[in-house]
Amino acid sequence: MSDTTKTAATVETAQKRRASQHEREWEEKTLQPTLARSPERLAEFTTISGHPIRRLYTQADLADWDVERDLGLPGEPPYTRGIHATMHRGRLWTMRQFAGFGSAADTNKRFRYLLTQGQTGLSTAFDLPTLMGYDSDHPLSEGEVGKCGVAISSLADMEALFDQIPLSQVTTSMTINSPAAVIWAMYLAVAEKQGADWKKISGTIQNDILKEYIAQKEYIYPPEPSMRLVIDTFEFGMKHTPKFNTISVSGYHIREAGSTAIQELAFTLRDGIEYVDWGLRRGLPVDEFAPQLSFFFNSHSDFFEEIAKFRAARRIWVKTMKERFGARSPRSCALRFHTQTAGCSLTAQQPYNNVVRTALQALAAVLGGTQSLHTNSLDEAWALPTEFAATLALRTQQILAHESGVANTVDPLGGSYFVETLTNEVEAGAWEYIHRIDALGGMVHAIENSYPQREIAEASYRYQMAVDRKEKIVVGVNEFTAEEQPLEVLQIDESVAQQQAATLKRLRDERSAEEVRRRLDALQKAAEGKANLMPFIYDAVKVYATLGEICDAMRTVFGTYEETAIT
Amino acid sequence: MPERKIRVLIAKPGLDGHDRGAKVIARALRDAGMEVIYTGLRQTPEMIAAAAAQEDVDVIGLSILSGAHNTLCPRLLELLREKQMEDVPVIIGGIIPEADIPGLKQVGIAAIFLPGTATQEIVDFIHKRVGPEAGKSA
Repeated sequence: MSDTTKTAATVETAQKRRASQHEREWEEKTLQPTLARSPERLAEFTTISGHPIRRLYTQADLADWDVERDLGLPGEPPYTRGIHATMHRGRLWTMRQFAGFGSAADTNKRFRYLLTQGQTGLSTAFDLPTLMGYDSDHPLSEGEVGKCGVAISSLADMEALFDQIPLSQVTTSMTINSPAAVIWAMYLAVAEKQGADWKKISGTIQNDILKEYIAQKEYIYPPEPSMRLVIDTFEFGMKHTPKFNTISVSGYHIREAGSTAIQELAFTLRDGIEYVDWGLRRGLPVDEFAPQLSFFFNSHSDFFEEIAKFRAARRIWVKTMKERFGARSPRSCALRFHTQTAGCSLTAQQPYNNVVRTALQALAAVLGGTQSLHTNSLDEAWALPTEFAATLALRTQQILAHESGVANTVDPLGGSYFVETLTNEVEAGAWEYIHRIDALGGMVHAIENSYPQREIAEASYRYQMAVDRKEKIVVGVNEFTAEEQPLEVLQIDESVAQQQAATLKRLRDERSAEEVRRRLDALQKAAEGKANLMPFIYDAVKVYATLGEICDAMRTVFGTYEETAIT
Repeated sequence: MPERKIRVLIAKPGLDGHDRGAKVIARALRDAGMEVIYTGLRQTPEMIAAAAAQEDVDVIGLSILSGAHNTLCPRLLELLREKQMEDVPVIIGGIIPEADIPGLKQVGIAAIFLPGTATQEIVDFIHKRVGPEAGKSA
């Protein structure tokens, strides 16, 4: 779908509007003279995604819109107004700041600090070696240990990460994908050691491998075995951890890679459909695993477009679950999501401006009905956040929650001509993509043919050109620039890598090598067959087999994946 | 005789997979008339140096967002020296703390482009450094 055809279609719809007599008179008597005197600032107004925005929205835009069918009431399908009857009046969103750097002990300290500051949930960032299934002392880990997140190579690191944090009382989100099953097994082992009941603990593993192939590119294995591992966690979670979200189907990274809002929405929900399809193929009953699926979106700078996206997401998901998959449980149909403000919108120039950007993006997420939220820190175009910057980001959410009054009523924008029209348009745009991917044979096939990757690369380049030509203004970057002082940023030195290497050496000396070998062999053998791998991974984790060793056992069977690079 | 196009190797060193910047730059340089070879993801300094030699490039552009620049850049420059390719300028773009910039320049990085850089600025830098004009003025 090219932007030109989309624009043309929207303009055509606009012309078909059945404007009231009053509106037509207004155009003639009030609007035309104004335009004649002073033309508008731009010939065409568009969202940051390039979606056209009209001058004025009125009743005429909602001629085909049905208040019962398309809006409804909160807590009921189509969930446009939110998935709970009382939304943020009942319970505020979870303030869940993504944190992780250095060693497990460093991050544990940051976690405990954030909890004392009123943060209500944890969210773990892992370093690149961990995301790629390498131990900290692997040659490819050099220079990367503890840099983008916390280094976790074994259950011992995980124990240190959650030291003095009761997992029965705090919910934890873990941004881990290809090795998600392994990291989750470590988390469950810590919970067990703490005496927490698996049936009661709650949290989320990201576990969304499809968006890795599409956007973030931290994959290990080819799609087929990767999807098997995902479904293994669904099945395991369904039986043992009913309150844990076994996946967070993520649009965040798709957007960060440069997609439009509609692409983010469409590719994410089509990924969701793919996971449900694979779960059903495994023989899992839809209403038993679908309630544990959660979502994760980006909140970018174009305020109303983002709100429309969140509202449209809920509408598409309920229709999909009911009509496509025959789900009956409301918990399968209500789309729950986490939001993070847009990292890619942060500027290195005049970094304090980022506080304002983040506040507006967070407001959009709240008005869009998010269940949890991460607000970025002002210094993240330079480095991982300092404690000062991370605290300010948390305070931004607390001001929204407790001072602004926006959480005092449910879906305050419901019924706005503009917001409802934009919600309809974003939804329609997303369905077009979903149908196209269906026609390509599903998301795995689409990915193998680089379809979503190419669409995103196109959109990303189009946006960069618009910024280069100043068609889109970025304050402090291509307009309103100024000389400035360097910012104080967080530095992570190489001592973390040395510490990790020493810890790993000690661990390998102290554990039972024989037991580790035996359990890794059992896992490898199971990987060759069809059994659910979670119990085997859990067994290996318990005797301190490392992340790298466990991932290697599966690499031996599954092989690794290389993408066809497109530029 | 037709003028030889400027040849640029765009590489993603380290474990990071965020390739938005690398792809945008590759395309912008291509649109500016250069020949661009993109290595794909997760290249070691050894792989990048080998690709640069094999492709006989005029410039190497690295995209690094992971914080591993202080480890990866010096090693690549050392490998280029070993191959007598120290005259090939290495430029980097990505998330680079200001405090690290002097050190990177000292080990021989020709230019560092931070987030928010217009693609034209990079095109201009390359032209000035290795274009036909650069040859004449040197």
